[in-house]
Amino acid sequence: MKVLVPVKRVVDYNVKIRVKPDGSGVDVANVKFSMNPFDEIAVEEAIRLKEAGKATEVVLVTIGPAKADETLRSGMAIGADRGIHVKTDELVEPLAVAKILAKIVAEEAPGLVILGKQAIDDDSNQTGQMLAALLGWGQGTFASKVEITEGSVDVTREVDGGLQTVTLKLPAVVTTDLRLNEPRYASLPNIIKAKKKEVAAKTPADYGVDITPRLEVLKTAEPPARKAGIKVGSVPELLEKLKTAGVL
Amino acid sequence: MPIYKAPVDDTLFLLNDVLHLERYGNLAGFSDVPPDVLAQIIGEAGKICEERLQPLNRSGDAEGCGLDSSGEVTTPAGFKEAYREFVAGGWVGLAVPPEYDGQGLPYTLAVVMNEFASAANMSFAMYPGLTQGALAALLRHGSEEQKRLFAPPMAAGRWTGTMNLTEPQCGTDLGLLTTKASPRADGSYAVTGQKIFISAGEHDLSENIIHLVLARIEGAPAGVKGISLFIVPKYEVNPDGTLGARNAVRCGALEHKMGIHGNATCVMNYDGARGFLVGEPNRGLNAMFVMMNEARLGVAVQGLAQSEVAYQNAASYAKERLQGRALTGAKNAGGGADPIIVHPDIRRGLMEMKAFNEAARGLALATALDSDIAHRSEDAEARQAAEDRLGLLTPVLKGVLTDLGFESAVKAQQIWGGHGYIDENGVGQFVRDARITMIYEGANGIQALDLVGRKLPKDNGRAAMAYFAEVSEFIAHESSDEMKPFVEPLKAALGDLQKATIWLMQNALAKPDNGAGASYDYMHLFGRVALGYTWARIARAALAKKKEAPGDGAWLDTKLTTGQFYMEKMLPETGFRLARITAGVDTLMSLPAEMF
Ligand SMILES: Cc1cc2nc3c(=O)[nH]c(=O)nc-3n(C[C@H](O)[C@H](O)[C@H](O)COP(=O)(O)OP(=O)(O)OC[C@H]3O[C@@H](n4cnc5c(N)ncnc54)[C@H](O)[C@@H]3O)c2cc1C
Repeated sequence: MKVLVPVKRVVDYNVKIRVKPDGSGVDVANVKFSMNPFDEIAVEEAIRLKEAGKATEVVLVTIGPAKADETLRSGMAIGADRGIHVKTDELVEPLAVAKILAKIVAEEAPGLVILGKQAIDDDSNQTGQMLAALLGWGQGTFASKVEITEGSVDVTREVDGGLQTVTLKLPAVVTTDLRLNEPRYASLPNIIKAKKKEVAAKTPADYGVDITPRLEVLKTAEPPARKAGIKVGSVPELLEKLKTAGVL
Repeated sequence: MPIYKAPVDDTLFLLNDVLHLERYGNLAGFSDVPPDVLAQIIGEAGKICEERLQPLNRSGDAEGCGLDSSGEVTTPAGFKEAYREFVAGGWVGLAVPPEYDGQGLPYTLAVVMNEFASAANMSFAMYPGLTQGALAALLRHGSEEQKRLFAPPMAAGRWTGTMNLTEPQCGTDLGLLTTKASPRADGSYAVTGQKIFISAGEHDLSENIIHLVLARIEGAPAGVKGISLFIVPKYEVNPDGTLGARNAVRCGALEHKMGIHGNATCVMNYDGARGFLVGEPNRGLNAMFVMMNEARLGVAVQGLAQSEVAYQNAASYAKERLQGRALTGAKNAGGGADPIIVHPDIRRGLMEMKAFNEAARGLALATALDSDIAHRSEDAEARQAAEDRLGLLTPVLKGVLTDLGFESAVKAQQIWGGHGYIDENGVGQFVRDARITMIYEGANGIQALDLVGRKLPKDNGRAAMAYFAEVSEFIAHESSDEMKPFVEPLKAALGDLQKATIWLMQNALAKPDNGAGASYDYMHLFGRVALGYTWARIARAALAKKKEAPGDGAWLDTKLTTGQFYMEKMLPETGFRLARITAGVDTLMSLPAEMF
């Protein structure tokens, strides 16, 4: 079984992001980029499936600028087999991403697509769900455990009330949550090998997908600054304050 | 909690823009690391050090190592798991040739990893660090059979290594060594004696420990000419590489010490342990000396590493701690006081640390690259030039980077005020851990003697003359207005170094105490010039980069200002050192010992 893992190049989670003065977006000049952390978890899961003999090949896809090649390489450096780079400098919204992925799925015929539940840049949390809908496949989102059985996959999901396990017929779409696994560090031999692994260069046009944005960003603003807290001297004082605030 | 961020960008700037690593594609292993792969390797090195090693630094210091009655040693909680991840990355064998299961990459990159790992957790970093030192000696002097048997598991980190020189009566003066080796019928030796202060001598991280031990074969000449080098494995190794019986070497005690608590410093008792001669009999010291450059460079980098992590914690504290007001008017009018970073005296500490760190890193990497050239180049002339510079600069780096690295740690502690003296803040640990770097691997006073007594006069001063010529040429070549603030002070400092060198030539031969008495000042004078030259090279690269990539303006301007600070405020120490040197040793040596 082939596993397809879409990965996105995003501003590194350690970077303190700043809004551009004109409110047109965030300033990404000279900022560190890395693979979306949820996607790293997706890559790790796919590699574990391969190591466990449940998957035969792990194929990465990225849609983004030339620099997104680094993102593919870092995924291949922890063990993915090859990559597909759909090159574009435009902003690609979740629906367009899902449409491109659906076309790639048709070509590659994977048994499983594992995505991050969301990308930490726009936090949309839509692509996996849209892809499943476009393909007409079952979806197991926010996975904290993935178990492949004969012809199906059991996905334990993190939901508001606790955990829920769904059984999906393969092929299926899974999106990862934080606790699914802890991604490994790339080893030196794999970093070197990743350089030599194959990456197919494509464009959105190759898949006949129109990526023109359908959403309009009205304004980007910093969240309001948090007001300074106060220190209370004792538990009774705390209770008193909570009562005054109407919380108790 | 102390913080640490590996200086990934600065390292890449040094490797790409100052040292131009891409120009060395003809050296074995270098073509494997084009700039994009290099960035990935350095990034991954930083990540594992920040996320896995640094969080164990404070806890490892507090817990220390344990010893049970059978002589088995446990490392602090978490070390085992972190070690497993570290070796899985292939970092131990980074520079080891592929035929011994290493990665065959540039040694220069191993030095980068050594800095990051030592800054994150020096105690931890010493376990793989000593393995690399032992491997270097084995690969250069071991027989084919020894290399085949011992090198691959060591490169993979499954086995670790140690260096056993010191004995109770024998530290600096190895001629006093008494551990003895008696030949056995099967060609091996029975090694008997006591070694002390052996780093990583016993621990629970690896399946086997390969001790490299200096000992005297029965009947060997007295003094340093009768010392041989032996491999003594903790578990004997069968010809097929599997482990055999427990050898007669045990850890008798752990030292309680000032710092590096997470690294086991062991008394090792050899009781007729089976050992195997490495290289020729009575040539053990030679074998050790060959790997000395790399080991000393490794310790120099530990000094830099403690300085870097101390600096980072001082800088972040200086921006948070509110005390006093800026003399130029309140900078934090809404708060009760300004952050202490507004005070010139706090800036002095921060700038001195920063200006030292960035040049020290450049100098260490340039010297590491010399080691790569010396060992991997096909061009005999290039090899010799690199070998000369490496030999000359190694004692300078060891002495100066560790002295100044320790000073940095103290400066960082000072910026933390009383809170820097309190254990739970973790800043005092940098001072305690940094302190050993000035002592082991040849105390710094011995480095100074090596520089003045051995390296300067070697080959009629060829290495020093070539170095002075290189710096002079750079100065003559970089005459632009932008470079003036760098090359003019450098020229004056080089002048001081040359004057001191001439003074030594004229005065040391007639009266040896003149040379030895001046050696410490000379080592520091040399170090200030080498760091100044490094700053000038960095400035040249920053100016060039500013023209081609204006986007990095603020970062590059910060570099240039930091470099100028060094030139104005730190490099002038050369004049003070020169004055001390030329004053001679009369007052230094004239008091009779009983007056002390
Ligand atoms: C934590 C720790 C870890 C260590 N790890 C190891 C290890 O792994 N393997 C190992 O073999 N050793 C190890 N050592 C030993 C270390 O290398 C020695 O302590 C060091 O070489 C100095 O030897 P010494 O302590 O006997 O000092 P001494 O040799 O007694 O020196 C005392 C002082 O006299 C000075 N001095 C000595 N001779 C001269 C001279 N001729 N001219 C001028 N000054 C002189 C020295 O510079 C020093 O300042 C370790 C030590 C420590 C504390």
